[in-house]
Amino acid sequence: MKLSDSLGSAFEALRAHKLRSILTMLGIVIGVAAVIATVSIGGGAREEVVGRIKSLGANLIIVLPGNITSGGVRLGTGQSATLNDDDAKAIEKEVAQVQVAAPTMRGGAQVVFGGTNWGTSIFGVENNFFEAREWDIETGRLFSGEENLRGGQVALLGLTVKNQLFGEDDPIGQTIRVKNVPFEVIGVMARKGQSAQGQDQDDSVFLPLQSARQRVIGSSRAKNRSIGSMLIKVREGEDMTEAEAEIKSLLRQRHRLREGDEDDFTLRNLTDILSTVEASARVLSIGLSAVAAVSLLVGGIGIMNIMLVSVTERTREIGVRMAVGATPKDVMGQFLIEATTLALIGGVAGIVLGGILSLIVSRFAGWPLYVDITAIVLAVVVSGLIGILSGFYPAWRASRLDPVEALRSA
Amino acid sequence: MSLIEVRDLRRTYTMGDETVTALAGVSLDIAQGEFVAVMGPSGSGKSTFMNLVGCLDKPNGGAYRLAGEEVSSLSADALAGVRSRRIGFVFQQFNLLERTDAVGNVALPMIYASADRKERRRKAEAALARVGLADRMGHTPLQLSGGQQQRVAIARALVNDPKILLADEPTGALDSRTSLDIMALFQQLNHEGMTVLVVTHEQDVADFASRVVRFRDGKVISDKTQTPRDAVAALQQLAREQEAAA
Repeated sequence: MKLSDSLGSAFEALRAHKLRSILTMLGIVIGVAAVIATVSIGGGAREEVVGRIKSLGANLIIVLPGNITSGGVRLGTGQSATLNDDDAKAIEKEVAQVQVAAPTMRGGAQVVFGGTNWGTSIFGVENNFFEAREWDIETGRLFSGEENLRGGQVALLGLTVKNQLFGEDDPIGQTIRVKNVPFEVIGVMARKGQSAQGQDQDDSVFLPLQSARQRVIGSSRAKNRSIGSMLIKVREGEDMTEAEAEIKSLLRQRHRLREGDEDDFTLRNLTDILSTVEASARVLSIGLSAVAAVSLLVGGIGIMNIMLVSVTERTREIGVRMAVGATPKDVMGQFLIEATTLALIGGVAGIVLGGILSLIVSRFAGWPLYVDITAIVLAVVVSGLIGILSGFYPAWRASRLDPVEALRSA
Repeated sequence: MSLIEVRDLRRTYTMGDETVTALAGVSLDIAQGEFVAVMGPSGSGKSTFMNLVGCLDKPNGGAYRLAGEEVSSLSADALAGVRSRRIGFVFQQFNLLERTDAVGNVALPMIYASADRKERRRKAEAALARVGLADRMGHTPLQLSGGQQQRVAIARALVNDPKILLADEPTGALDSRTSLDIMALFQQLNHEGMTVLVVTHEQDVADFASRVVRFRDGKVISDKTQTPRDAVAALQQLAREQEAAA
């Protein structure tokens, strides 16, 4: 018997009991859909998170001042003044794994140009901040050496601020006022997009660190040269954990902390955030995979059950086929192909359903739609295997029927 | 050489502790072109004999040569091959595939003989034309009368050009007029050279055969040739009677 004929008779048999065939497939459909949705949603979420973290700059460690206890009052992270420019310089110089340690300050202020104004984030940075963030300049120039070191009344604009204040006009050479201090615009940064927290990173103005601290956002910090935070970029290929340990011990030494003292700073690693996200995604996918596995198992049992019923129901038909020349192998092949076809159709339907599910989820979450060809191929192979495995016993039973008995059955 | 050569054929069944003898040593020769009726009450062994001759079942003892080939000890696969090439079955209940049309039903045996689709269609249509159903090719069994269904079944039995046509109570589910139709068809096929073996318990059916073999208790008790009744003439006579009655 040829394969095309077997397939034809399989489809015919499945069509004859449409509702039963569909119900039988349901286990496989749900199982495969769960697998496809798991892989797709997990992959989409991961791509989204990785993308956001990458947009922050890879291999980044953020050092925040704080966790200081004075007179029983514990100050929260970022509120105290335990980090300064020299800490940053020392880290950059002494920790081999560190490429850049950029001291930064952050505040908020109204920025005024002519008759318009715009409330935005003000950053006090040195040029190495842009290196750490892997942030390019679009037009104009970065800070000069002098401005970088001692400060100067110059400003770099984020794209959003530029658009709000200048529209389509060229801002370079214009003077903006921040807290009544005039700054000359020397450049516009390239688009950076949303941060991991969903903030518009282009809604920022960058001033030289020294100027920002003394004249705009850090007046209380001017005296001790303290900074808001430090952005550290670790060299490509270096171990983040090792780098963190080195930075920690250097800072503890510089801050003269004794053994047993709490750190007066906090390190945050962006890959920590990533692994947290990945860990929760893993829990989700383990859960869904369990659902998928159980569903596929139940689906396989369902197919076996229905095939056994079908063999019993069609005993007489099997007898007729044997009488007109079907060999036991032909009969076995017919039922095996029927079971496999059933499972494969279920598998394909599951892929479609899973795809629709992932499309809906990715639309709602604003993720990119993630399509994993491996998962799709695997789903087809697994459903085919389930069909063969669950069809094997019923098909074997059909092939072992005695033609005389089979023809005599009602 | 006879088409069918049966020597001391035996078949016993084991039911629990009991051994039931269905066929207790039957020897018979049937030549090419004969029309044989096998008769006997139920339990006489005639169905067992038919199953053995049809290669659906294997004997416990004895020898069976079909067209010169010893088939009594063949494997299940080989027996399927013999059925496919040499034997056409006609059953009391027609045994057609319900959802398949006439052409599809007739083509079924050729699927297992690995004929290609075009040839299957051509030969199936030819076989249907031969049994007088050229205008019913696309009908499913439910759209056909009992007599037409049995004709489809006969076309299916003929389609692989078998050596012998085996019919088990072929008129058992049909009214007398349709039965005569079917017997006329068997006689026609027999005149064209087909060997026909009909198992029946009705004398009316056996009258149309040229030889009657009677079974009882698993043995042949009589084997007689006779002048067959002409089924076409019987049909005409029936028509006249019905006319007179009306």
